[in-house]
Amino acid sequence: MSENKKITEIPIGPYHPLQEEPEFFRLKIDGEKVVGIEIEIGYNHRGIEKLSESKSFDQATFLVERICGICSTSHPFAYVNAVEDLAAIRIPERAKYIRTVVGEIERIHSHLLWLGLAGHFIGYNTVWMWCWKYREPLLELCERVFGNRNHYAMMKIGGVRRDISDDQGDLIRKDMGDLVPKLDMLYNAIQDDPVIKARLRIAGTLTKKDARAYCVVGPTARASGIEIDVRKDDPYAAYGLVDWNVVVREEGDVYAKTMVRIDEMKESVKIINQCVDRLKEVKGEIETEIKEIPEGEGIGRHEAPRGEVFHYVRSRGGSVPYRHKVRAPSFMNVFSNEVAVVGGTIPDAALTLAAVDPCYCCTERMQAVDTDSKVYTSRDLIRMCQEKTYELHRKMKGGK
Amino acid sequence: MSRILTRSIWVYHFAAAPCNNCDIEILDALTPKYDAERFGIKLVGSIRHADCMLLTGVVNSKDLPRLMSIYQQAPKPFFVIAVGTCALDLGIFRGSYNVVGPPDKHIPIDAYVPGCPPKPEALLSAVVKLIEKVRNDTSKPGKKKVKGIKKL
Ligand code: SF4
Repeated sequence: MSENKKITEIPIGPYHPLQEEPEFFRLKIDGEKVVGIEIEIGYNHRGIEKLSESKSFDQATFLVERICGICSTSHPFAYVNAVEDLAAIRIPERAKYIRTVVGEIERIHSHLLWLGLAGHFIGYNTVWMWCWKYREPLLELCERVFGNRNHYAMMKIGGVRRDISDDQGDLIRKDMGDLVPKLDMLYNAIQDDPVIKARLRIAGTLTKKDARAYCVVGPTARASGIEIDVRKDDPYAAYGLVDWNVVVREEGDVYAKTMVRIDEMKESVKIINQCVDRLKEVKGEIETEIKEIPEGEGIGRHEAPRGEVFHYVRSRGGSVPYRHKVRAPSFMNVFSNEVAVVGGTIPDAALTLAAVDPCYCCTERMQAVDTDSKVYTSRDLIRMCQEKTYELHRKMKGGK
Repeated sequence: MSRILTRSIWVYHFAAAPCNNCDIEILDALTPKYDAERFGIKLVGSIRHADCMLLTGVVNSKDLPRLMSIYQQAPKPFFVIAVGTCALDLGIFRGSYNVVGPPDKHIPIDAYVPGCPPKPEALLSAVVKLIEKVRNDTSKPGKKKVKGIKKL
């Protein structure tokens, strides 16, 4: 309870049926209205940056892949970009196209996953089941072409680990062809259904001004009218070599975020098709050989499904990174909820919290240690109480 | 007693500190392609309704007290399936300063599903094997020992 008697606090989490991942929100409500929110994370901290310093440059690719399972190629993508920036490595053209294909297939399955969960949150379980059904052929495609359903380990410093043969290219094209009518169907279904549309329209609006103030990235920013996309602004891999558009909408509500994501999937299909066609013409190596990583520092960026991923790598020569810093898109996006949720009602809160497509395993990079204050749980208190008894016990025994 | 449980297992999903992929594959097992619900396997929101817990990810120092308190609320007999390499032996996160050991150091685990992430088929097969194990188990249900919460 806060000082104001009228305000009630609702804790959500850390283990809550609505949430996939452990995180903790404290909603402050006045009647039906949400007047404040506190976000507490840290349940998923695994110390990846520190671990990375004990792994070789090549092993770290596998480690950063396991930061997040949904966008499992985004972190390696940004990481290899960073190391290549550090060592001034140029990758073969074929590898560029393959990287782009991997990145875009991942974007499609990640967005479908989000769309399904959004449908689940507003009570349309059919949307959930259908989206995940359409996602399944993509995962199978990944397994056939990249070797695993997720965590495909395609990225390698200097290139990619596996080639895409012409037959596999045809397979990808065919699957993309099958996907487009389904995406159109979802698009029309959401646009035509008055209930879904009205439901998504009223929830969690993030204005352009707030979006700028909170530095949001990715589809969350693009749905609020900010045209920002690393793939366009600072082209890497083959994004500068193919033709595609950045999808922007002005409204900033959950509906806009949904539509941006659906349109982005269509753009991804466009990119993948062009890349697969180009792969038939561009033959040659898929990786350049790396002898050693020199001293220096480098940054790498990638537009993950949720926004810009940023990696910083510093080397002092030798085989391990000296410092590796990761900034995931959800780190920026999650905190925009502080304005998007406030002012809405409680039923909208869950939807709005989910609308930025938060990924807490990506976000939990740092752990703040505040030495001045400590939270004592009841268990701590009991332990302290017992310790005092033991101490007394020892003293009296010694005295005897 | 525990045989009754084998007809329709309700599972609770506890994500300790995973990379999320195992969790997504668990949900995947419920969607139309694999459709685990046709076997009576249902995902429930509270551990008090569950017969079985799917545990994913490594356990870190912030999760451990929560895991213990959630496990203690579970109705017994109760089964735990560790899903993914992380929950087996920490996988790539071994050696991290925030990780407090594999989950089986803290709670008893009945089945392990290796893989990073395991495929939904592997999850279903783990449940089937667990059911067989429970059916063939003629010993009297006893209380499983749970170690007390370790000092962090
Ligand atoms: S086992 Fe692999 S997929 Fe599963 S949580 Fe761990 S790193 Fe992620």
